[in-house]
Amino acid sequence: MKLKYFLMGAAAAVAMAPMANAGSHSSRGSDGEVKLIFWQAPSLMNPYLSGGTKDLEAAALVIEPLARYDENGNLVAWLAEEIPTVENGGVSEDLKTITWKLQSGLLWSDGTAVTSRDVQFTYEYCTAEGGGCAQAERFNDITSVDTPDDLTIVINFSVAKPFPYNPFVSFENPIIQAAQFADCLGPKAPECTEANFNPIGTGPFTVTEFRPNDVITLAANENYRDPNKPAFATVTFKGGGDATAAGRSVLETGEFDYAWNLQLAPDVLAGMAAAGKGVTVSGFGTLVERIMVNLTDPSADLGDERATLAHPHPFLTDINVRQALSMAVDRELLVEIGYGVAGKVTCNVLPAPAIYASTANDACMTQDIAGANAMLEAAGWVAGSDGIRAKDGVRLSMLYQTSTNAVRQDFQALIKQWWAEIGVETELRDIDASVFFGSDPGSPDTYQKLWADVEMYANNFSGSDPESYMANWASDKIPSPDTQWQGNNMPRFVNAEYDAMVAKMAVTANIDERAALAQAMNDMLMQEFVIIPLVYRGRVSAHSNSLEGVKLNTWDSELWNIADWSRK
Amino acid sequence: MTDAAQTAAPADDGSGHRAPRNQWWDVWDQFKTHKGALIGAAFFLFIVLAVFIGPLIWSIEATFIDIRSRNQGPSLAHPFGTDQLGRDTFARMLKGGQTSVAVGLTAMGLSLFLGTGIGVLAGYFKRLDGPLMRFTDLFLALPLLPLLLVIILLFRDPLRAAFGPETGIFILIVFVIGITSWMQTARIVRGDVLALKEREFVLAARSIGTPNNRMITRHILPNVMSPIMVSATLGIANAIITESALSFLGLGFPSDFPTWGRLLFDATDYLQQYPERVIWPGLAISLTVLSVNYIGDGLRDALDPRIRGR
Amino acid sequence: MLTYTIRRLLVAFPTLLFIGLIIFLLLELAPGDPMSQVPLTVPPEVKERMREALGLGEPTHIRFYKWLVQFFIIEPQVFLDNTFGTAFAEGKQRVISWQTRSPVMDIVAQRIPQTLWVVGMSYIVGILIALPIGIISAYRQYSVFDQVGTFISMVGYSVPPFFSGVLIIVIFSVNLGWFPSIYDTTLVVNSWGTFVTQLKQMIMPVMVLALQTTAQISRFMRASMLDNLNQDYVRTARAKGLTESVVVMTHVLRNSMIPVVTVIALGVPGIFGGAIITEQVFKVNGVGQLLITSIYANDIPMVQTITFIFAVLIVSFNLIADVLYGVLDPRIRYD
Repeated sequence: MKLKYFLMGAAAAVAMAPMANAGSHSSRGSDGEVKLIFWQAPSLMNPYLSGGTKDLEAAALVIEPLARYDENGNLVAWLAEEIPTVENGGVSEDLKTITWKLQSGLLWSDGTAVTSRDVQFTYEYCTAEGGGCAQAERFNDITSVDTPDDLTIVINFSVAKPFPYNPFVSFENPIIQAAQFADCLGPKAPECTEANFNPIGTGPFTVTEFRPNDVITLAANENYRDPNKPAFATVTFKGGGDATAAGRSVLETGEFDYAWNLQLAPDVLAGMAAAGKGVTVSGFGTLVERIMVNLTDPSADLGDERATLAHPHPFLTDINVRQALSMAVDRELLVEIGYGVAGKVTCNVLPAPAIYASTANDACMTQDIAGANAMLEAAGWVAGSDGIRAKDGVRLSMLYQTSTNAVRQDFQALIKQWWAEIGVETELRDIDASVFFGSDPGSPDTYQKLWADVEMYANNFSGSDPESYMANWASDKIPSPDTQWQGNNMPRFVNAEYDAMVAKMAVTANIDERAALAQAMNDMLMQEFVIIPLVYRGRVSAHSNSLEGVKLNTWDSELWNIADWSRK
Repeated sequence: MTDAAQTAAPADDGSGHRAPRNQWWDVWDQFKTHKGALIGAAFFLFIVLAVFIGPLIWSIEATFIDIRSRNQGPSLAHPFGTDQLGRDTFARMLKGGQTSVAVGLTAMGLSLFLGTGIGVLAGYFKRLDGPLMRFTDLFLALPLLPLLLVIILLFRDPLRAAFGPETGIFILIVFVIGITSWMQTARIVRGDVLALKEREFVLAARSIGTPNNRMITRHILPNVMSPIMVSATLGIANAIITESALSFLGLGFPSDFPTWGRLLFDATDYLQQYPERVIWPGLAISLTVLSVNYIGDGLRDALDPRIRGR
Repeated sequence: MLTYTIRRLLVAFPTLLFIGLIIFLLLELAPGDPMSQVPLTVPPEVKERMREALGLGEPTHIRFYKWLVQFFIIEPQVFLDNTFGTAFAEGKQRVISWQTRSPVMDIVAQRIPQTLWVVGMSYIVGILIALPIGIISAYRQYSVFDQVGTFISMVGYSVPPFFSGVLIIVIFSVNLGWFPSIYDTTLVVNSWGTFVTQLKQMIMPVMVLALQTTAQISRFMRASMLDNLNQDYVRTARAKGLTESVVVMTHVLRNSMIPVVTVIALGVPGIFGGAIITEQVFKVNGVGQLLITSIYANDIPMVQTITFIFAVLIVSFNLIADVLYGVLDPRIRYD
């Protein structure tokens, strides 16, 4: 099997280490304080008890994984010596075993040695019964984690893993210290407040004071593996507020050095950047803003069978209608209004990495209202006196829901107008994000229930492997009363061919074949128009002019290389 | 001690040859002499007319997007400029005013009705005081946001089915604001009534056998008018702002449905780029509240027989 | 009055229990999910297991009972332990926040200082400004002072803090650079320099909040004073030859205080509740910000605890107000 892609990443990692050293002239702690502002405040520093991105970002300052993704989405060895592959013997031929080697001489911030036992413990911690570990999925199919010696970790899988780089990789899955968390297994996990707020780590900083949902102060780790790093002696990690204020404090008043994830209208951001105190940086991961089309009837009259497969949607089951909805959208304008440099037009639900991105659907890039009108006309949908098209008494009238967010509301208004131009009536509804993205089966407004005709939100996948992401639209992932409305196949898309491809991808090892499969699945979803992609969204952050070494990483933590940051 | 509404005040000119007339004429005469109140009333009338008749004359649709002319300053075609999607701000102000004024007035009315009613009952009838005030404590303690979510969960769809999306949401919002903002009025009115109840004129009225309902309407209520008027003015401002907070949370009107509060909220992000955009809704809300305040002042003076005579 | 107070105190306990139950049921019924902030990439099965780990699988009445025990028995024990070094609460489960997996009361205690500094200070400042404004406005009704005061307080009240806060940040932080736009909760005041820093970071949120308080209280003060200034007893007092200041400040003011005391007492629990929007705008991160983030994250133990403490304060301060009525106007009798 060819893992060229990942090998390249491994090579890059080796090349990177000396490079970074060459650039730095400072010694540890010589640059004083660096102040970060996150408009969402971290609640705890343990990624296994909270999957919230804000908590993961904060934890990335302190605890580290064996390997992580760099700013281009390539795997780089972090605590490990190198990325194990089949070629270097790290991954077994049958793809059921992967062997990681820790760098030698690694120390925890309390001065004790990092051993393979800590890695093994991390696995035990997350898979302990009753712990409710947020990253449990990353340890799926593991039969055992062995430690033949102090530096070697062998992970055995029960099935062949074409992509064995889930456990202990990326900021979602860092290594925690066995000694510190030994009494925190399973149901006892929440009781270890001290450990959850102040984990002992291998990263460049250690926690001095943790104030939940407010501010974290950190100091340079005395035992960090590079004696010259980090350049900063302390970190202040402030949380709370809103993106506008965070951007303002970096770009306009210069009170802070780094602001995370500034999801702001492009002209607002440009206005702030004009003050000249800082610059914005942007990068792209896999996040796509999309519209999900409901293929089942969400009418309230259906009672318990509302929005289930028992009742097909009155008009969205007509592919012509779905295609017309997509054609009427001017994606370039959406990008310009909503995201600026942090957005790109896309016609795919799987936009990256490059080997998975399809070009088969690019016709959607240009808006075609006339074409959409003609298509509806030909399909027998005729405009009535109120301008709304109808056929056999069924009017094209829809409820369009999304979460509350200024950009999404602008999108809703624009799309509503375009759809009106093709004779489709739209009622808008916005729902508070904590309800919309919750999965309370008692709430009618969750994104999974989709008790509306269409809905808009953004999603991505972690890491660079789309297997589980594409499996979201298999027919066994349809949310329904039987599954407590859990499952991510919101369009309720049923297609045997698609299901077959999902099954095939799970057993395919060859990277090119995997890419071909992923592309085919993406194309099928796109050409069925059950998902209407709108914008390929990047991430914008900002840092002050005096801060050096920031490399915005959308595949891993934004703070992944904070050890290399310094003051100009 | 003067009795509030029963004894007619001496007429303005003091001539005494006038035919006896309805006391409301006296109230109006007094109201007329209050310059602030007159200006306030005229301005309020102007706003109400503008927002309800204006959209019939100004033909641009408030939700119409003309993307090419976005972020424009004031011009002849768009006297208040346009927003970030090219919607005409003037049209949105007019349409938004309809909702804001209507929500403000009705929600304020509901909250005053509940607050005054509960306050008077609790203050006047000793037996009701305990239960009603503990009920008030309960409402004061309820966390607003979860309460709203529950109300929306229970009532949104039935109301939407019964009255259509816009009227349904209107009723829901007025109801929500009304039932979450009456407590302060109730506490204040009750406090005043407790004190009034022991005044000589009330004791005198009771000694001649005035029934409770007449006691309340003729003796108690007129004497608690001033805190009620203040609550009314503050209540309108509250209702308009709360409405915007609701729609921002996704609990109010659909997002493309303009209201003054929402326009102000949306414009806050563009404060530095397009400062004129916050001015219109900010001014409209402030002036409306100010005019209601002056009307309230005038009404209070006009209803007070001790002042009316001066 | 004493018997009344005692009776009210006795009634307060069942009332509070009932309020606690209603709040609990309300939070139960409210749509929402503690897992809503977990990224969409985490699969539903994992989220389900996380919910179970939070104890969400248990029936409602058991969870309410557990909360009662934790709040009323274990938390006071912890307090005793911390004060006297005893060990009553050792090994017992405290009220644990779902978001942070740490004891709720510790976080609340951590938030109190900045809430008191900012919200409490603004309340005091607001009242201190409002009372004279209200008195003078009423005494000199329709004077220039009254008109200006009315205008400023009405405009001030109708401009919501989400706007006024941002406006003064833009003016004083961005353009003039006088004050920081982000509140530093870690600042320890131990010298003149740090005190000045603290003042600087407090001044804008206090301004915004005090404007609202001032507007509200001065309006009620003015209206109530106006009601009393024309009463017969005022004429009598003047006729007796009392000085104007005694007439106004002693007789009229005392009789006008009832609605003002009500409003002030209603506002004091609000100090603890924090000022949600203003705290957000200035990143003060006090109790208000804690409450709102917990509501968004559906952290039921946290929301329940904060709201319940809030309810205790409401019941207590309304009781205090009722007692004060009797002091201000001895004719008011409850028995």
